[in-house]
Amino acid sequence: MTTVSLTVNGQSVTADVDPRTLLVQFLRENLRLTGTHVGCDTSQCGACVVHLNGQAVKACTVLAVQADASVVTTIEGLAQGGELHPMQAAFREHHGLQCGYCTPGMIMAAVDMVNRKGSNLDEQTIRAELEGNLCRCTGYHNIVKAVAAGAQAMVQNPVRQAAE
Amino acid sequence: MYAFEYHRPTSIGQAATLATEVEDVKFLAGGHTLLPTMKMRLAAPASLIDLSQIAELHGIERSAESITIGAMTKHAEVVNSSEIRESIPALAEMAELIGDPHVRHRGTIGGSVANNDPSADYPAACLALNATIITNKREIAADDFFQGIFTTALEEGEIITRVSFPIPSRAAYAKFRHPASRYALVGVFVAERGNDVRLAVTGAGADGVFRVPEMEQSLSRHFAPDALEGIIIPPEGMNGDIHADAAYRAHLVGIMARRAVQAAASRG
Ligand SMILES: Cc1cc2nc3c(=O)[nH]c(=O)nc-3n(C[C@H](O)[C@H](O)[C@H](O)COP(=O)(O)OP(=O)(O)OC[C@H]3O[C@@H](n4cnc5c(N)ncnc54)[C@H](O)[C@@H]3O)c2cc1C
Ligand code: FES
Ligand code: FES
Repeated sequence: MTTVSLTVNGQSVTADVDPRTLLVQFLRENLRLTGTHVGCDTSQCGACVVHLNGQAVKACTVLAVQADASVVTTIEGLAQGGELHPMQAAFREHHGLQCGYCTPGMIMAAVDMVNRKGSNLDEQTIRAELEGNLCRCTGYHNIVKAVAAGAQAMVQNPVRQAAE
Repeated sequence: MYAFEYHRPTSIGQAATLATEVEDVKFLAGGHTLLPTMKMRLAAPASLIDLSQIAELHGIERSAESITIGAMTKHAEVVNSSEIRESIPALAEMAELIGDPHVRHRGTIGGSVANNDPSADYPAACLALNATIITNKREIAADDFFQGIFTTALEEGEIITRVSFPIPSRAAYAKFRHPASRYALVGVFVAERGNDVRLAVTGAGADGVFRVPEMEQSLSRHFAPDALEGIIIPPEGMNGDIHADAAYRAHLVGIMARRAVQAAASRG
């Protein structure tokens, strides 16, 4: 067993883990944060995307021990005080989901995209940036619309953005 | 994934010592090749030595002649480095074509070079730019380093510490991406430095990354796409699989080479 200490959604956590525990497994099984999904488990689909020290990563391809002393934000950490994050609200508004399986990863990838690329995102940029996130339902069209709208909403509400 | 012991040294010296003391070790960099391989049980090391906390393996340095990149530098850091964008833009552009944003936040240059996947991008950049692979023991020219699919000059327990790239006068990378995996079906990196032109191909060779001397000679006389006219790459020695047969890949080498030269030439 190896001890890991990290901050998840603003709370410090310390636990003893088997070194082969994946970060996604740690979040879902130890912390019961089941919003982060496992789609493929082969690093392809992006359902497991979380932010590790402010950057989007595939949590199925990171060991929990590699996240020691890090700051992790999951989909559960986005909404503040019961109010959806602007990107979450945009996915709801624009029907950016059907079954919802890919959605937590899509939203975490979208927020990361805005953090890196700013809020004026054209369709081509959004599609290219979502290369690591697969959706079996929507055909992506409404996801792209939702990301563009959510990006705009994030600047219009900078306080909410800072909360992330 | 089978169980393993986990070590996290904070210096190259500690890591090298651990590697000799501990049984059946593998170094862990970004984990974006190694962890998927361990999940599939194609690798099952008894111990992992995580290199992430070794400060000496991080950082990008620019001198008048070269760019030197620490082994643990992530693809995204190469993409965003203003020093690299200014001196070897083709390298930053190549890094931006690796996988997807999430992969680029974890994968490292050291891991990519050590792994020498036949479809990976960095081996082509290293070979074309005439890079030197620096380890805790020695310096190895890219020409000697890549020795066939998943095979390199690295010895057991040897650690890549940095990779040094001489700054070319102009260079470019053209990649035909596999649409699902995003690895190179064929990728061509071309670099001109003085009168010396080097052109390296990834994704296509049955033995991994390779140079094309005939193209290099012709380009060193005249650096333009039409210098490649009439040079035919035979399908013998090309990789063929369900995604693309050897003849198709051989043909793509010519196409991608022309595109790379066009892009480099337009850099003036
Ligand atoms: C979905 C996906 C898409 C990808 N697409 C591409 C792509 O388009 N192009 C591409 O080139 N790659 C691609 N990759 C691979 C990615 O770039 C990997 O991150 C990279 O090949 C390995 O780097 P790593 O830091 O993750 O190394 P690891 O997986 O940690 O290690 C890989 C190997 O190198 C050894 N190693 C690592 N560091 C050192 C060192 N400093 N010294 C000695 N040995 C070392 C390890 O022991 C291991 O054997 C993709 C990966 C994924 C998951
Ligand atoms: S579950 Fe991590 S990428 Fe699919
Ligand atoms: S909404 Fe079902 S997988 Fe994307």
